[in-house]
Amino acid sequence: MKARIYVTLKTGVLDPQGEAVKKSLHVLGYGNVEEVRMGKFVEVDLQAGDPEKARQELMEMSDKLLANPVIENYRVEMVEGE
Amino acid sequence: MRFGVVVFPGSNCDADCYHAVKDVQGQDCEYIWHQQSKITGFDALVLPGGFSYGDYLRTGAIARFSPVMPAVVDFARQGGLVIGICNGFQILLEAGLLPGAMLRNKSLKFICKPVNLKVLNNDTPFTNQFNQDEVIEIPIAHGEGNYYCDPATLGELKDNGRILFSYCGPEGQIGDDHNPNGSLNHIAGITNKEGNVLGMMPHPERCSESVLGGTNGYGIFASMINWLKEARA
Repeated sequence: MKARIYVTLKTGVLDPQGEAVKKSLHVLGYGNVEEVRMGKFVEVDLQAGDPEKARQELMEMSDKLLANPVIENYRVEMVEGE
Repeated sequence: MRFGVVVFPGSNCDADCYHAVKDVQGQDCEYIWHQQSKITGFDALVLPGGFSYGDYLRTGAIARFSPVMPAVVDFARQGGLVIGICNGFQILLEAGLLPGAMLRNKSLKFICKPVNLKVLNNDTPFTNQFNQDEVIEIPIAHGEGNYYCDPATLGELKDNGRILFSYCGPEGQIGDDHNPNGSLNHIAGITNKEGNVLGMMPHPERCSESVLGGTNGYGIFASMINWLKEARA
């Protein structure tokens, strides 16, 4: 079973990397870019029978390791048909 | 006193810390490999700087699950002195022994230079050899030292004297001009609620003897030793 986990910075947490990328996009002429927020994308392939149980487990993994709850949010997405 | 320096794969200030404690301060010191799950007979632990596990995922995120960490957490919970320097600070944050998290430096640059710090609380196991509000110079070397926490935590840190070091100017001026990494409230080092766990980004082991160009770091290890001696007396 495959899953995708998106880890993003919480609203209000400063993102210096996103700021730098935004400035570069402005230099490239994309003056309409108002905000860029960088995050992480994790693909996990795991053995599981029940997708709901797998999702619970992935959320546990995210709470414990994949995301830092002080600064980050995450979203778990199960990949259909795999 | 007997110090332990915890060594993770990718630690690179372990030998400096060992030298600062053993040779400069003349204390017993031993390395503790991260695979060790039991640690006994230590008065203080040092989590040194470096790039444990290559800083993969987040700084300190993988090291925090090393076999040695439950023992470090137990040691801290029982009141043992723990100092985390740079990457050691990042590991203590990830382990939940200290509140908050580290963000990338505001400038996105890895910064390696001496900075001035103001000692905001000298009534602690780590700062009792300094004067209140004394300005000391200690080098930093990090890419992610931009300390962040929520407003409630910040209030708690401020109100209880848990911010031991703030970045400052040569005359002790505190402000954005003297903050190298964008850290919240210009924080360079904080303790836990009980005051026995310190995390700091600057490297006291790099300035503990005059041959290294500075001795302001000496006082931090000397404070720990002094405090331990008084606690035993």
